[in-house]
Amino acid sequence: MPNESAGTLTYQQKTSSRIPAGTLYRGHSGMWSWVLHRITGVAIFFFLLVHVLDTSLVRLSPEAYNDVIGTYQTPIMGLGEVALVGAIVFHAFNGIRIILMDFWNANYSKLMFWIVVALWVITMLGFAPRHLMNVFSH
Amino acid sequence: MSTATASPAATPETIESFTVTLMIRRFIPEIDTEPRWQDFDVELYATDRVLDALHKIKWEQDGSLSFRRSCAHGVCGSDAMRINGRNRLACKTLIKDLDITKPVYVEAIKGLPLEKDLIVDMEPFFESYREVQPFLIAGSKPKDGKERIQSVAERERFDDTTKCILCAACTSSCPVFWTDGQYFGPAAIVNAHRFIFDSRDDAGGVRLDILNDKEGVWRCRTTFNCSEACPRGIQVTQAIAEVKQAIMRGKA
Repeated sequence: MPNESAGTLTYQQKTSSRIPAGTLYRGHSGMWSWVLHRITGVAIFFFLLVHVLDTSLVRLSPEAYNDVIGTYQTPIMGLGEVALVGAIVFHAFNGIRIILMDFWNANYSKLMFWIVVALWVITMLGFAPRHLMNVFSH
Repeated sequence: MSTATASPAATPETIESFTVTLMIRRFIPEIDTEPRWQDFDVELYATDRVLDALHKIKWEQDGSLSFRRSCAHGVCGSDAMRINGRNRLACKTLIKDLDITKPVYVEAIKGLPLEKDLIVDMEPFFESYREVQPFLIAGSKPKDGKERIQSVAERERFDDTTKCILCAACTSSCPVFWTDGQYFGPAAIVNAHRFIFDSRDDAGGVRLDILNDKEGVWRCRTTFNCSEACPRGIQVTQAIAEVKQAIMRGKA
């Protein structure tokens, strides 16, 4: 029957590319640190891209460069800088953790993850108050 | 303690049973175009396993439920599935270890083509397993013509990775494998590790070459999902890290 053959065709199209979705996989610290590492990595990449572009403006037109840099002095950008530093600090410390797992020993990954979290908290406690005082006092 | 309401079977002490709700991700290719969730209520004991629950459903409620199982005792590796979002063997997951105040979610392992209900096509998995040549390749004859002597320490070197039962719980828990089906996957690397570090084997270099591929060990992002999923407790990520180091140092 023509109807039936059409039906099987759509069924095959649908199943051939089937990726079974479903519940979110409940991984532990290793999986989530990897997800965070990816997100911060991509975010840092886009920051660097913008940063290279805005810095190169100085060669085209110093006035335009000053305008752009001027917009960075707003409190919203100041908060953005906290997020940027937070992303870089996590990415850096977690990167060291990944290097140690690959080149030294993978047995201490969980302990090392919590060390990364602790170091991140300490660094941010040192950085954020000082930085925010600068942002909101000018 | 009251025994007044005991069942007619009149056992001296009735063992407490619980009604457990199972949410099973069903997919019957002849009927469904998309997988769907279906719930079943099953009466179970604390010592029952998820596999017993699936059997009860299949035998007493819905015979169309499909899943793989063979030995039912954690040796054959047929019934790996995602239970409450984590890869487990249904035959090794006890009801008492699950939170039965909420439904127990059971679905097929991720990253392999879904065939029916809890059954996936394992062929891509076994294909990468075959690619690492998981068998002894010896370049010489045994010394006295009988056996290849190995010291306790030499055997210990690869003991952990001999435990693999090829259930695919590790490979299908790997985020890299979900998005890149070309990746060899933890199970294939574990079985390569088993021969790479075997003192009787002479083809370690060949296997290291195979795994030094773009889709080889370097795809591992050390998420440790595989180590946590392994029903045999193999330190999978550590084994992969050892293969990485063997490739870098050129020593098998």
